[in-house]
Amino acid sequence: MIKLEKLSKVFETPGGGSVIAADQVSMEVPEGEICVLLGPSGCGKTTTLKMINGLIQKTSGKIWVAGCDTDEQDPVQLRRSIGYVIQQIGLFPNMTIEDNICVVPDLLGWDKTKSRRRAGELLELVNLDPGIFLKRYPKELSGGQQQRVGVIRALAADPPVLLMDEPFGAIDPINRAVIQDEFLKMQTELRKTIAFVSHDIDEAIKMADKIAIFKDGVLEQYDSPDDLLARPANDFIASFLGQDRTLKRLSLLQVQDVMFGDQVRVMARDDLEKARGLMREVGHKNIVMVGPRGRARGYLHLNDILDSTGKVEEHYQGLPATVNIRDDLRSAVSKMFRHDTTWLVCVDDEGFFKGSITQRAISHALGATYRDSDVATGAAAEAL
Amino acid sequence: MKMQILPHQERFRSRIAFGLGAILGIGLMIGERGYIGDTWRLYSEDILFLTVQHIQLVLVSSGLAILVGVPVGIMLSRPRMQRYSEAVLQVFNIGTTIPTLALLALSITLLGIGFVPAVFGLWAATLLPIVRNVFQGLRSVPDYLKEAATGMGMTPLHILRSVELPNALFVIFAGIRTAVAVNVGTVPLAFLIGGGGLGELIFTGIDLNEMQMLMAGAIPVALLSIAADWILAKAQYWLIPRGVNPLRN
Ligand SMILES: Nc1ncnc2c1ncn2[C@@H]1O[C@H](COP(=O)(O)OP(=O)(O)OP(=O)(O)O)[C@@H](O)[C@H]1O
Ligand SMILES: [Mg+2]
Repeated sequence: MIKLEKLSKVFETPGGGSVIAADQVSMEVPEGEICVLLGPSGCGKTTTLKMINGLIQKTSGKIWVAGCDTDEQDPVQLRRSIGYVIQQIGLFPNMTIEDNICVVPDLLGWDKTKSRRRAGELLELVNLDPGIFLKRYPKELSGGQQQRVGVIRALAADPPVLLMDEPFGAIDPINRAVIQDEFLKMQTELRKTIAFVSHDIDEAIKMADKIAIFKDGVLEQYDSPDDLLARPANDFIASFLGQDRTLKRLSLLQVQDVMFGDQVRVMARDDLEKARGLMREVGHKNIVMVGPRGRARGYLHLNDILDSTGKVEEHYQGLPATVNIRDDLRSAVSKMFRHDTTWLVCVDDEGFFKGSITQRAISHALGATYRDSDVATGAAAEAL
Repeated sequence: MKMQILPHQERFRSRIAFGLGAILGIGLMIGERGYIGDTWRLYSEDILFLTVQHIQLVLVSSGLAILVGVPVGIMLSRPRMQRYSEAVLQVFNIGTTIPTLALLALSITLLGIGFVPAVFGLWAATLLPIVRNVFQGLRSVPDYLKEAATGMGMTPLHILRSVELPNALFVIFAGIRTAVAVNVGTVPLAFLIGGGGLGELIFTGIDLNEMQMLMAGAIPVALLSIAADWILAKAQYWLIPRGVNPLRN
């Protein structure tokens, strides 16, 4: 959808020297994916992005957007077909929020009632009440609200391609996480093709289908976040990603990717004998007790009941903690440390018992990359 | 920018102006007994005639100054003109230091005596603050707004019309207000080069040592400047969109 081929930019500096801001950059962003351009300050991310919509004239190379060579298109028409979000948000202070959102539809000559209705719908998409905000001016919005409007303004004319230059940069971390989540939720429906500049590794890992790491204008590595963290191509990338890059991978995986599903279970009225039998059968030291409909209620440890008799309900212990199957591994590990345990019971949103996860399974999963994690889970099953 | 006035002062000023106007108006209507009534009885014909002439001078000269000053300011602010704009503005700044009386005198040497040279002199004095504020207003529109506009597919003309000018409007308006204040304050001098206006009563009053005649000119001049400023203040308040108008919140 966006394809760059040997794209270069050389800036002539006033002193007579020159800066190579982009050096033979070749990459492709497939349709519906988010590509994050990542790298230290001055590495050429913004330059590369702005060459795509012609805000910066390229020195050499080729750019295709939606299958068309951008050299053969009128830059003004091209820009109207690409959504653009700048770091400074850039809402026009003289226009209401409504008019700001409708800038591109108006340029394209859309019917006004249609575009104004769309403005309201877009506001609702980012949880802003159209009744309150449509007629306001940018200065009457908080930073986070402005940033949301900046993003939906780029979506107003429904362009297939978005360019975003640190769109969530000017905002505090808590709000940023909220907007990122909103945006990702929107993206699962909209499936835009997005080039997204960031200098925040965590943001890149969270948002990206693929990350392009730049250094001094050179594209150093172009890979999925997990591959990048697991196999950085060189020392620069490894040190840029940080010493804790293995831990960062934790946030890429969900509990359900690593947990063991279909676990044996007992009910309150079962005999201890049955519980012991089941544990020996599958070779586990713990077994979960579920309620009548399958909610996780507690557990038994084999050593505690070796010589006991009676019902499960007389001997079970409460679960110190459970994790949701859609939590990331980071929160799972964090819970394990907090409760000083090496395994956790995994439940769904309603609290139904879905499986269990162990520390060893997690470290195995980290040893492999995301794709191979099925293999890893098999190997770590005996940890239970 | 030195010509910007704080909002609360602004409101305060226009209120005072309104109050003064009302008091003077009432004074006028007191009738034939008071000092003002007496003056009115003696000079009403002159006052009416000269006020019309006075207003004509103001409207024509400042109107022309706006018509010329705004486009010139816009042109100077274009990136293409960047190399020359500073030099041109320097010339303009030196121009402002010339006393307006000297400007009027100069225009006699160019155009002789009468309405036209008076308008020309006033126009020249009014032009400078307008050009300067249009230029500075447009220049102070942040680059990132223009970049956002370009990136969304606006043409340069579009950007000028719907981004740059609206966002510079407050500063431009401040320039126009200053310019008109200078203009109205200078118009009485137009009489000296045969341009007519209420200056006739003032200067003749001085010459003849006729206090009442002088007042017959001075009071309407004062009222006119107050009214002009009041009208422009209202226009500034209502014409500039709320989003870029620091006076409205
Ligand atoms: N107009 C310009 N003239 C000269 N050099 C420029 C110009 N714009 C950018 N550069 C240089 O090109 C290089 C890349 O700049 P760019 O803005 O693309 O960096 P970036 O990766 O976006 O950095 P940041 O994270 O700080 O925004 C820098 O060294 C910068 O100094
Ligand atoms: Mg940048």
